[in-house]
Amino acid sequence: MNYHASSVGATRYVGERTPRKEDGRLLTGRGQFTDDVQLPGMLHIAFVRSPVARGRIASINLDVAREMPGVQAIYTQDDLAAIPVQMMSFFFTPIESPVTLLADGRVACVGDPVCMVIAESRAQAEDAAALVELEIEEEAPVVTIADARTGPLVHPDKDDNIAAEMGDEDMLEEAIQPLLDKAPHVVTHTIRHQRIAQSPMECRACVASPEGSGEMTVWMGCQSPHLAARYVALVMGLPQESIRVIAKDVGGGFGLKNIPWREEVAVVVAARLFGRPLKWIEDRYEALTASSHAREQEVSLTIGLDDEGKLLAGWSDYACNNGAWPMGEDANIAVHMFMWPAYKLPAYGFVTRGWYTNTMGLGGYRGPWAMESLIRETTLDKAARKMGIDPVELRRKNLIYLPDQPVTSNMGIEVTDITPGECLEKLVANVDIAAFRKEQAEARKQGRYLGMGIATYIEPTGSAGAMAPMTGETVQLRIEPTGKVVAMLSTHSQGHGTATTMAQVIAEQLGVAYEDISVFEGDSAIGAFSPGAAGSRQGVIAGGATWKATEILAEKVKAVAAHLSNAPVDAVTIDGGMVHVEGAPEMSRSLKELAEIAYGEPARLPEGMASGLEAQFRYQPPPMTMTSAAHCCVVEVDAETGFVKILRWISSEDCGTVINPGVVEGQIAGGLAQAIGQVLLEDMPYDARGNPLAATFKDYLMPTISDVPDFEYLHANTPSQTIGGMRGVGEGGAIIGPPTLVNAIADALAPFGELGGETGEVTLPLTPSRILDVIEQRDVSGHHAPAEKTVAAPVAEEAPAEPVAEAPAPAPALAAASIDGDWDMTLKAPMGGQTFLAHFETDGTALSGYLSAPEGQQDFSGGTFEDGRMKFEVKVDKPMKVTLKYDLQASGDTITGKCKMGMFGTAKVNAVRA
Amino acid sequence: MSEHKIDLTVNGHRHSATVEARTSLGEFLREGLGYTGTHLACEHGVCGACTVRVDGVAMRSCLMLAVQANGCAITTVEGLAKPDGTLHRVQQALKDNFGLQCGFCTPGVAITLATVLEDNPSATTSEMEEAMSGHICRCTGYQGIRRAIRQLAGEPA
Ligand code: FES
Ligand code: FES
Repeated sequence: MNYHASSVGATRYVGERTPRKEDGRLLTGRGQFTDDVQLPGMLHIAFVRSPVARGRIASINLDVAREMPGVQAIYTQDDLAAIPVQMMSFFFTPIESPVTLLADGRVACVGDPVCMVIAESRAQAEDAAALVELEIEEEAPVVTIADARTGPLVHPDKDDNIAAEMGDEDMLEEAIQPLLDKAPHVVTHTIRHQRIAQSPMECRACVASPEGSGEMTVWMGCQSPHLAARYVALVMGLPQESIRVIAKDVGGGFGLKNIPWREEVAVVVAARLFGRPLKWIEDRYEALTASSHAREQEVSLTIGLDDEGKLLAGWSDYACNNGAWPMGEDANIAVHMFMWPAYKLPAYGFVTRGWYTNTMGLGGYRGPWAMESLIRETTLDKAARKMGIDPVELRRKNLIYLPDQPVTSNMGIEVTDITPGECLEKLVANVDIAAFRKEQAEARKQGRYLGMGIATYIEPTGSAGAMAPMTGETVQLRIEPTGKVVAMLSTHSQGHGTATTMAQVIAEQLGVAYEDISVFEGDSAIGAFSPGAAGSRQGVIAGGATWKATEILAEKVKAVAAHLSNAPVDAVTIDGGMVHVEGAPEMSRSLKELAEIAYGEPARLPEGMASGLEAQFRYQPPPMTMTSAAHCCVVEVDAETGFVKILRWISSEDCGTVINPGVVEGQIAGGLAQAIGQVLLEDMPYDARGNPLAATFKDYLMPTISDVPDFEYLHANTPSQTIGGMRGVGEGGAIIGPPTLVNAIADALAPFGELGGETGEVTLPLTPSRILDVIEQRDVSGHHAPAEKTVAAPVAEEAPAEPVAEAPAPAPALAAASIDGDWDMTLKAPMGGQTFLAHFETDGTALSGYLSAPEGQQDFSGGTFEDGRMKFEVKVDKPMKVTLKYDLQASGDTITGKCKMGMFGTAKVNAVRA
Repeated sequence: MSEHKIDLTVNGHRHSATVEARTSLGEFLREGLGYTGTHLACEHGVCGACTVRVDGVAMRSCLMLAVQANGCAITTVEGLAKPDGTLHRVQQALKDNFGLQCGFCTPGVAITLATVLEDNPSATTSEMEEAMSGHICRCTGYQGIRRAIRQLAGEPA
């Protein structure tokens, strides 16, 4: 159903550049950010953080610090442990690293919080924090992904430094390599993506105020007060209703503030323990070095193409630095899921891993899976250059256009209405590529290097129903007795302007003036659960919920008016806050008059109708809504200085129904600016000792107005299947921006050779010195041999590095019959553990049996059992078709080993006699 | 910690206070006087969020001590609009052009542009953009701010 065509009111609001409701307070200094909250008796917190990357805490001496003026308390983990906390990921699954709010005996990264000082002012708290004497026995840290593969264990109780792992290594040999071997053209490309500090302009912030025996009001910089309240309650084991989170204004989130993390939860716990309101405002130094970081990935992609440029097969190897305390161990499976649904690629395989290191933990950042577009689109351009094919032509040969759909990707994702090809066509129709190529050739003769980059992509948005926190949205709406409209939403804006866009939908659908609508959000006491800003979802889902709730309310208004006027419902229209009856102008009433009757004189309403004018709707949208785009950018690279100047950037995106072009373009632009930062400027490097090297905005280069060009926009507006037809647009710019810009730079530098040089590796950011490396034909991998890992001499009594666990030695052979019977088996899968009953029967070396869980039983046969080694396969249909390949070793009353789960990687298996 | 008595005006209101020598002007305006519209986003002079006008000059209030403002006339973002609520033309231009999203950088941006225009009511786009180069905005990609600047310079936004 295309709801867009059926507005109630005659006045158009959807699609207009309506000025934002949020701006009035924000422009006049009347917003309410967390640091603006002052409470009577409130105390201030400063954290004492580890100055070393890895080691055992030998002692913490608080004596001097405690004597400092204004100090009320200093807590260590021993104190906070009075309230047990189990940290969770965004998906509400337990964090697998042994993370605690404050360091528990060991530190695992520089910036690890060790103590919290509570004092009368922040300055006093900082004074005292500086006097806490921390003695740490420093150990050689694991800093890079390469270190993690071979170095000591980041978490000594783990088997290895692999935080998460998926993919099927065997698939390369079995299925992909044979196709690559036959392919006339094979191209490999590698990208090293630097570590990013998300850097919202408002750093993290939390004020916690204990009230009564069990209640707490918390002001927090977050992306959803509902999710923050649910998270805090969950990790502390409290009833959710006991925690109210308020976040009226938040100065940017970008994924960093998806969930409360150690410091925020520590503030809540400390407020409960100390019984006074506590405030923690992160400073920029903490934000840069001790807020969760993002990206830091190494990925390579190999593709095979036929002589025409059609893709034949692809293989990717991906690694991501999870740091010590990721906000959820992550192998970034989404990179592989979304690498190819927009392209015709018959065969794809991968291995993907997240690695623990002694660096700050991994957090979310706008388009966390964005590497799929970066590696794919840059590899395609490299292939186009090698094969002498126009990059647009290469994409045309492989992209999925509307007539090709529905189609299911090689990873099982069904696409029904994506338009990357259509966006590309619209883009090239608006850019004179031929003229540019002429200009480029002319410029090269004069020693000027122009380049054009093009990229296409699709993005899953508005996801709902597949993961615990990714839900629908509730909208509660009422027309007050005053005739004005109030909406209560579960949305949250950290700049998104949700109050604006939702009010536009209401105004259009209800026939009331935009100015007469007040929107309340930003408080977990308002509306119902939603994860707020996460996964480009609010415009899609809250937009749909608002659309429908407004329709329900409009129906009620019409029914009341029809009843009062003795007219058919169809004859009633609402416009400009007036309710009209067709053919009876004398019957026109204001919404106020109607509302006064609906609230005050219920006897005049149709029989059985509830009094008042209220409506509520919770929208559960389709599981996923795809957004598509194609971008083009033109650059000039100065061959003398290595500086890149962006001359033009055109975005051609399809985000379905556009509620407010000003808001949509603002989202795209913000993401593109971050993309420009990632490609050219931003970098959070670590030295070999595990020290973060960008501690201020003088070291961490944020894009400024002079780094970002004027963007041009083309909107395609293909309505989606959702109510209202919107598609999400929050993350797109940050996903498609990096490949567009890297491709433009590579095109400009083509006369000097490939951007990745002989090694085929591109390292971000492309700083002037890295670009000069290309121009001057130096080793351009950017992967300069890491500085010798010399942890300075005075590291006393360095603990011997724990060896990476070896594969367990084969257990002694056992009598065959000894495994027959029932076992309690645990499968430790990347998405959480599973426990079930396993029944084995042996006949000589033949093995059969079944696995049984409450959800059902799976029989298997055809397995083998030799010398205690058990091998068998189980086919599973749900949630996806996959063959589980077990390889186990029995030893007495225990069985251990592995289960390979196709692309979902390998799980560890343990079993004991039932 | 030495303490000092200061007198100053903020947005035309007179204030007297005793401040610690180390208290920054930004912190004092926010916590001492309640002008929370001034935002501190880096406290090391790079981002511009904390910009206020001190005796007609745009200053980073994180880099100036409260004691240094003794006797000064200060304008914060709260003092830009007219008392009747009419927005300053810089505020209006930012609003008209989606020049803000989260609004955290906005107070500093508004003060800087207002000060440029105060000094030279016919400032050009390039003069205003140059002044903007001392401000970091993580949200907008500067598109709306650039359009606001063009509107303020009398060009098509
Ligand atoms: S807070 Fe003063 S310049 Fe950033
Ligand atoms: S509007 Fe968010 S930082 Fe500028």
